[in-house]
Amino acid sequence: MDLSLATRNEGDKTVISVGGEIDVYTAPKLREQIVQLVEEHRYHLVVDMEDVEFLDSTGLGVLVGGLKRVRAHDGSLHLVCTQERILKIFRITGLTKVFPIHASVAEAVAAQD
Amino acid sequence: MPQWPKQSPRRTERSAQVATVELRFTALPEHVRTARLVAVSLARHAGVDDETLDEVRLAVGEAATRAVGRHRARCPLEPVLVRLTDGSGRFVAEVVDLVPDTEPATGGGEPDLTEHAEAEPQGVDPLDEPLPPGIDLAVIGGLVDDVTVTGGVGGSTVRMAWPATETGGQPVFGSPAPPA
Repeated sequence: MDLSLATRNEGDKTVISVGGEIDVYTAPKLREQIVQLVEEHRYHLVVDMEDVEFLDSTGLGVLVGGLKRVRAHDGSLHLVCTQERILKIFRITGLTKVFPIHASVAEAVAAQD
Repeated sequence: MPQWPKQSPRRTERSAQVATVELRFTALPEHVRTARLVAVSLARHAGVDDETLDEVRLAVGEAATRAVGRHRARCPLEPVLVRLTDGSGRFVAEVVDLVPDTEPATGGGEPDLTEHAEAEPQGVDPLDEPLPPGIDLAVIGGLVDDVTVTGGVGGSTVRMAWPATETGGQPVFGSPAPPA
């Protein structure tokens, strides 16, 4: 399955709904999406990963890069994920301490930065 | 540049106990997914339990991504090799590249990207800043209990193994020859 991306604005945050597989082949598409949003001055991002079926370290690299980029503008990057198989790689790499990870988009949008 | 050993490019073996599948592919990112799919399919055949199949998928994907990256940097025309073996109660995945590897292998233990993620961007564009070298092997080390990484002038091999049920393995290719 390829990568699907959809964005929508909710309040001052932009939600990126991601579906499919984020790997070395598809991660550049997510990267381009984040770059485009930051260029549009959308600095508070929520990445909804509930429909992500696979995530590897290449995908993590794009998320970490996105986090650094929005933080450079005093922004934020929140994740939405309840899938254990996806959360596992965040735990292995210690990134659960870096990314705020929420159980729902509503919770992520409501979170204070 | 080292060359693959002279042997059939699509060698397939099946003794009474062991079946081997070799997948050789051009070092392109789009083929990493194929390697993952084949590995998971064969692991399921071998009787690897369902909970572990996600580990197989991620670990083989990380190893294949590493090999593709190394080949693209040093020998993009040479194919990457993934060798999958089912037998003796183990499912073994080996990802082999041809890039001389004289650096000590990293990996094992659990990586921690916290400091990297919290550090100030070093490049002009933080999205161009890669994760620390060796994170792929570190992720594999955090996932798989039985993993070894060997390297030398001929290239490097990431070997990963998982328990499989002896009865889980079905013939990977075809069926036993019918009685004469």
